[in-house]
This record gives sequence, C-alpha cells and structure tokens, in this order.
Amino acid sequence: MDIQTISSPMLLVALLIPLIGSLGVMFRGDDENVREGISSVASILLLGVVCSLIPPVLKGKILFLQMFTILPGLTITLRADGMSMIFALVASSLWTIAVYYSMGYMRGLNEHAQTRFNACFALAIFGAIGVAFSDNLLTMYLFYEIVSICTYPLVAHHQDEEGYKGARKYIVYLTATAKAFLLPAMILIYVLTGTLDFAANISTGIFPDGSNTVLVTMLYIFCLFGFAKNGVMPFHHWLPGAMVAPTPVSALLHAVAVVKVGVFCTTRVMLYIFGVDLMDTLNLGIPTAYFVGFTVIMASILALSKDNLKARLAYSTVSQLSYIIMGVALLTPTAIEGGLIHIVNHAFSKITLFFCAGAIYVATHKKNISEMEGLGKTMPFTFGAFAVASLSMIGAPPVGGFITKWNLLVGSVEAHQIGILLILIASTMLNAAYFAPVTYRAFFNKPPAGEVVTGIREAPLSMLIPILIACFISVLIGIFPQFMMTFVKVVTG
Amino acid sequence: MDQLLLNQGFPLLSTLIFLPLAGALVMLLIRDQQFARYWTLAVTTTVALISLALPFGFDRDTAAFQFAEYHSWIDSLNIAYVLGVDGISVLLILLTTLIMPFCVLASWTYIKERVAAFMVCLLIMETAMIGVFVALDFVLFYILWEAMLIPMYLLIGIWGGPRKIYASIKFFLYTLTGSILLLVAIIWLYTANGYSFFIPDMMWKAYPFTAQILIFLAFFLAFAIKVPMFPFHTWLPAAHVEAPTAGSVILASILLKMGTYGFLRFALPITPDATTTLMPYVLWLSIAGIIYGGLTALAQQDMKKLIAYSSVGHMGFVTLGIFVLNIEGIEGAILQMINHGITTGALFLCVGMIYERTHSRELRSATGIGQHMPVFVTLLGFFSLSSLAFPGTNSFVGEFMILAGTFRHDVPLALAAIPGAILAAAYMLRMLQKIIWGGTDNPDQSWLTDLNRREIVTLAPFLFFVFWIGLGPQPFLAMMHSSVVNLLDQFHAYQQAIAAVGVY
Repeated sequence: MDIQTISSPMLLVALLIPLIGSLGVMFRGDDENVREGISSVASILLLGVVCSLIPPVLKGKILFLQMFTILPGLTITLRADGMSMIFALVASSLWTIAVYYSMGYMRGLNEHAQTRFNACFALAIFGAIGVAFSDNLLTMYLFYEIVSICTYPLVAHHQDEEGYKGARKYIVYLTATAKAFLLPAMILIYVLTGTLDFAANISTGIFPDGSNTVLVTMLYIFCLFGFAKNGVMPFHHWLPGAMVAPTPVSALLHAVAVVKVGVFCTTRVMLYIFGVDLMDTLNLGIPTAYFVGFTVIMASILALSKDNLKARLAYSTVSQLSYIIMGVALLTPTAIEGGLIHIVNHAFSKITLFFCAGAIYVATHKKNISEMEGLGKTMPFTFGAFAVASLSMIGAPPVGGFITKWNLLVGSVEAHQIGILLILIASTMLNAAYFAPVTYRAFFNKPPAGEVVTGIREAPLSMLIPILIACFISVLIGIFPQFMMTFVKVVTG
Repeated sequence: MDQLLLNQGFPLLSTLIFLPLAGALVMLLIRDQQFARYWTLAVTTTVALISLALPFGFDRDTAAFQFAEYHSWIDSLNIAYVLGVDGISVLLILLTTLIMPFCVLASWTYIKERVAAFMVCLLIMETAMIGVFVALDFVLFYILWEAMLIPMYLLIGIWGGPRKIYASIKFFLYTLTGSILLLVAIIWLYTANGYSFFIPDMMWKAYPFTAQILIFLAFFLAFAIKVPMFPFHTWLPAAHVEAPTAGSVILASILLKMGTYGFLRFALPITPDATTTLMPYVLWLSIAGIIYGGLTALAQQDMKKLIAYSSVGHMGFVTLGIFVLNIEGIEGAILQMINHGITTGALFLCVGMIYERTHSRELRSATGIGQHMPVFVTLLGFFSLSSLAFPGTNSFVGEFMILAGTFRHDVPLALAAIPGAILAAAYMLRMLQKIIWGGTDNPDQSWLTDLNRREIVTLAPFLFFVFWIGLGPQPFLAMMHSSVVNLLDQFHAYQQAIAAVGVY
C-alpha cells in the first residue's frame, strides 16, 4: 500500500483543546456552571476535531506535524494514522459522556475541590490524546508521563489516609517502571537505530538487519514492563490501589484513559518499533501471549474473591487489558485486529460498568456486592445497563466484547496455539463467574430483611443518561462492528 | 599562540571581569542599604547585558579561544594576563552573568543586615567566577580560583544560618586542601613547559606516564572536591544548608561547575594518558555518587539538604558524561552543567522563598501549602520535574545525551546509572507531594501569602530556559560542538601518536 503523508495543523488543535479547556477550568473555577460548561464545550470540540481527521486516515494517509527537534532523529512530532484514530476516538467520545456523568456524581455527593478535579480530568485527556497522536517513542513517553503526573491529584482526591496511600502506590509504580525500563530502552533504541520514530507500517519495525538479538530481546522486555499502565502482572498493583479515587475517575481513567494509554503504548511499540517480522524472527510474540495469559487468568481469579464492586471491576480491567496485548502478540492479522478492537469494546463496556457502580454508590452509598441484593428492582436501568455491559466483558453476543473474543479465538487457532485457546475459554468462564452473580443478586434475590423498598429510586438523570448512552454504544459496536474495524484494517493493511 | 583569536576592538572579557569589581569599589564609598541593592542590581544587570554580546559574536565553527586578550604581566616569571573563550566555557560564562541579577533579587528582603557588605561579596564573587572561566594563564587561573573562596566564606560565615561557622570553615578547608596540590601540579607543568604558564601550550604533550598520573590525581582532588564527587562531597550539604539563598544559588549553579569545567579544560587535554588509564575508576565513582546522592536525598527532612544531595547525584551524571569520552557524553555533560545551574538554582530560590515566610527549612513545616500558594507550587512543580529529568524539560535532554553516550561506551555502566534516574523521581516527587499536598495532619498554612511580583520575576526566566533547552537545545549545542569535536579529535590523535611511537 502506498502511504501518503501530509502535514496537518489539526493535530495540534486537537492536542490544545483539552489543555486550554483545563486552563479555562482553573481560572474560571469559581462558577461551577461556567467551569463545567468549559469542560463540555472542550470535549465536544475535541470530538469534532478528531472526527474531522477520519476521512484522510481512512484513505490510508498518515497525518504529521513536527513541533520540536531535540537532537537529530529525536523530535516531538504528532501523527494520526489508523491506530491513533482508534484510541483518539474512544478517548474523545468518552470524555463528552464522562463530563456529564461526573457533574452529576460530584455534585450529587457534594465533593470538595471540584475545580481541581475538572482541570486534572482535562489534563489527563490532554495526555491521552497526546499519546494517541504520538509519532515517536519520545513524544509518547512525554505524554505518558504527563498522564501519570496529572492523574495523581485525581487519585488522591479525597485527601484522606487511604487516598494518599493509593495515590502514592500509583505514582511510585508508574514513574518507577517508566524510569527503570522505558528510559533505558528508549535511549538504547536511539543509540542502536539513530531514531525513535515509529515505522510506517506494522511489519518492518525500525531495527536494522543484523541488530544484536539479545539486546533487542532485552529492549522488548523493557518496553513490555516499562508501560506499567498496561496492568500486566507483576506491575499491576497500582490499579486496584487507585480505586480509592472518585468513581468518574475510576471510570474514565482506570477503565479508559490511563490503562488504555498503557496498552496503546505497549501495542504501538510492539507493532511499530519492533514490527511483526522481527517479533516473528526472534520468537517474541507467542511467549508474550502466554505471559499475559497468566495475567488474564490470575486477575480473573482475584476478581472472584472481591466483594467490593469497584475492586472486582479493577481486577476485571487488569484481566481484560491483557486480552489486547495477547491479541497483538499472537501476530496473526485476525488476532491483532481482535486485540486492537478490544481497546474500543472494553472502553465502552467498562465505562458503563464503572458508571453503574458510581450510580449505585450515589443512590444508595453501597460499595459491596453482597449489600446489593434486590437492588435491581429499585434501580432497574442501572442494573440493566450493568447486565448488558457484563455480557460484553464475558464476550457474549450481541455486545462489543463478542467481536473481540471471536477474533482472538480465530487468531489463536490460526497461530496454532491450543494453549491460548484454552486460556481464552477458561477466562470466559471466569468472567461469567464473577459478573453474573452481581446481576443475579440484584434482580433475583430479595433485599435483606429490614430494608424497605420504596419504588424506583434511580441515580440523578445526569448520571443515568451517560450510562445508557455508553451502554447503547457498547451494543451498537457489537452489532455494527464495521465502523471501528475499518480503522483496525488500516493498521493491519 | 595560534590557539588564540585575539580580540582587536573592545576588550569584552576584561570588561566582564572588572565591571563587578569596579561596582564593588563604588559601594565602599556609599554604604546606604537601599542604594546598595539598586546599585548591585544595576551592575549585575549591565554585566549580563554586555555578556549577551558573547553568543552574538561567537564563531561556532572554530575551536580556538575567541575574544582573546593577551597582555604581559610579570615578565620575570613569564606570567601573562591571557583571556579567551571557547565552546566549553562560553555557556558557563553566560550562566554566571545571567544568574547574578537574580541572586541580587533573591537577597532583596532576605538580607537585612550589612546589606552593602553582602553586595560587595556578591560582586567580588562574580569577578572571580567569570575570571576562572576565561583565564588561560595558569597563575591567573589559580589566583582567581582561590579568590572565589574568600567572598563565599564570608557569605556563609556572616549571613548564614545557625551553624554558619562550622559550615564556612568546613567549606574553606575542603576546597583549600584540594587547591594546594593543584598548585604543585601547576608548578611542575610550568617547569616542564619551558617556564610558561600559558595553558593551551600545555595540552597534548607527551609527559611521562607517571607524571601524568600524579598530575591527574592532583587535578582530580581539586576538581572532585569542587564538583563534588562522592566521597569528597561532605562539605556541600553543610555549606548549602547554612548559606543564605543567594549563596546557595551561586554555590549550586556556578561553583560546582568549576570542578567539571576543570576536568574538561585541564585533566583531559593535559593528562590524556592518565585519563584513559583512570577513566574506569572515575566512571564508577560517578555511578557511586549518582546512587549515593539519590539515596541520601530521599532520606532528608531538610529541603536544602535534599537539594544539596540531589546535586551530588546530578553532578555524578556530569562527570559520567565527561569521562565516557565521546561526543554525546561530553556535549550532554556541558549541557547538563547549564541545566543543573538553572534548575537547582531555581529550586534553591524556591526554598528561600518558603524560608522567608516560615523561617524553617524543614519539610514538615512546609507541608500542604499548595492550596494557599498555587503560583508558587506550580513553579516549584515545573522545576522539580526538570530536576527529575521529565521529558520536555532541560535536564531530560542532558541526561538523555549523557546516557546515550554512556550506552555507546558500555551498556552495563549505563544500566548502573538508571537507578539514579529512578531515585531522582522518587525524592523530587516525595518533596513535591509533601509541599503541595502533605498528609491529613498538615499545620495551618492559611496565613501564607503567595509569591509577590518580584519573586515571580525572579523565577520566570529560569522557567523560560527550562523549556527552551528542553524543547529546542540546538542553539546551545551548536555553541559547544566545534570545541568538543576538537577536544575529542585531539584526544584520539594523541592516542594514535603515542601508540605509533610506542612510548610506554
């Protein structure tokens, strides 16, 4: 395929919208309506700008914008291609929904420091969009670190002992792994190849022929662990710890922006720095698939043992993220497509689940699954959405997750990996085992004695509507997967 | 003399050296406090503005000494007044001249007693510091090198904190000890070079191996104490903690660079064989300093000590870059000297601003001030990120180049330096977390006032350079490139010549 590259200032516009939005929130924080107005206008503008990039990318063009040259071969450059668009579309569209949801949540609970919250929220989106539109490892590292720093205040939001503890764990894990693995990997790749720019397609990678295979393998392992936001064990502990944050944060950042930044970076580096050919030659793909397969199973088992709904969702996230890496690591086109499309599917479904958890908390102040017996009758919409999104996590039709699982299963067969097939089947059963009881208890169990059920008492509409929208999109991308699949097809050629 | 490009017109370098001294003499006559402040600010600003002629007139394509001046001085001993600037020193001179006005601003209300005397010390300090970077006669260099000690001793000893006497004497004795052997080495070189003190002529001579080792060791002691390299660093935290803000800034931003400048200017060209032989030891000592500085900084409760120990780590990166002896390493090291000057200088200014308000350097009395001083913590945040080499800031470029150079030299060595990078993130983020957020039991900080206009003006230029060097370092690297290339070319040519002759 002949790849055209064009320079586009719209990339910078997309990047600046959340940044300016965040500054606006900071300086107009005194009036809460103005503040949240700025957030929502910024989110809609961002979605519009990202959408405007769709036509050229679908024509197979790559958009570039070089901003700063630091050293020869070392630049800060933006780029939009098929893979960027997958993530940018997810992040920007979910921001629009999350703005409304968090308005309802934060006001509903009378949370403090809402200005800081909103400003950091926008900054995190700024970082995520930057990661999506990175053209090289340096730019990606820059925005990856911006996301780490800017989300610290969100995790520490409650400013109590638990909040500080979770936030400390969060920042220590993320910055330490980035410095320990990513920094040396980045510098060594630069020393070996003279550049950090991503390749133009997924097969060639950037390493010249005859590179030291031991060194390249070491660099690959460094990259896998360096992006600890991807939640691959053993560097996943920050994720459950970060669940102390307010639920909208958990929803957008720990089901979508932060963790997706992690997997996006990991898969981007696997495909565009190392490349399918090199990974095949050095036999890096299949061992990676098995390695993250361990995370898939282990995190599911841990999720089973959690009674706190958010903790269960957190471990479910750890497990689901590894699906994405597993798909890409299998290196067959179908599996890569399955992995990348899961960035989308998981995002919409998981944000629905977290939104539901938040709605339940705002309406009833309940956090534990065991306390939610019979709640389905008081909150039918919330639990209905929860049930649908659970199906996606399990991988059942007609929700998005099914598309992922189908592709992964086909991919594992194509790659002749029966072991991976078994892991997928086992994890599907585990997924069902920890999600189904939540819905079952809510709808089919009786509320505990002494608790009076007083008709429908849902969360406020500003929370309920985003839930239903997110849930609706989860179903939509399950029934009509073609739209997002076109971007994935651009990636795999 | 072909290494000198004599300056025919205006004696720029002499002006830079003597203008502060002249300013100090005027102040001996008029000893009014307010006058002293404005006068010193005016003098240092004028020097800074004049020094801006350097980057504009500097020829980036030659490695020779530019803006050179040559006057005979003490003919009987062959001592001359020789000045010159090359790519290694030009940025350091600019750093010195540009940072001085901010030292004056930082002392505006901080120094309340004997203001005129304080300002005199600052000005004499400036003369000596600029002189050290431009002197090309070894006696002239040595005089200025020693001359720096006295005003610094006074700055700490008179305007310092509670343990100022201990700190100032420790500072004085340490640096003096290092200098004495330096003098011996200078005299040996004088006799070996036909009784000449002209520094460029001493370079790339095949001195006997043993002599080179001894001279290198003499140099090493003097410069390693100044840097300071582990384990010669113990004077530094004491001096930093007790010094007034301006003293700490000068110490961190400029004085520490004298040591690394010395390695580049003297140790490498004068004793190349010894450099090659002793290189592994210096490199691993640098690693030790990086790790030790980081670990110790992590344990500090005193903000100034924390930054002082972080300097030990950062300067470890600089010596690492110098002694891997390749282009990326040395250019990165020079850039990192500038970066450290900017970032650590700004951090000391920040700590000084807290100290002026709370009269404490303790981290726990400064916890949780983010809510009440948002402008201050924003600036502090950027400088802290710069200190931990956050991408997009100045230190990242320097650290990247140094590590790239180190990876080219030896992969395990570079990997050994990585824990230092992790530690830098750990101690800076720890400090930042405590100052901005604190914990659940913060002291009441609501009486604190945010930065005033003078304080913002003091910090803003530092922020400007943090991002300029972080995002567009090319103009800075272009100024040093020819000199560094020449240094390495000469080094390799020397090695080949020695190998061809087979002296040893």
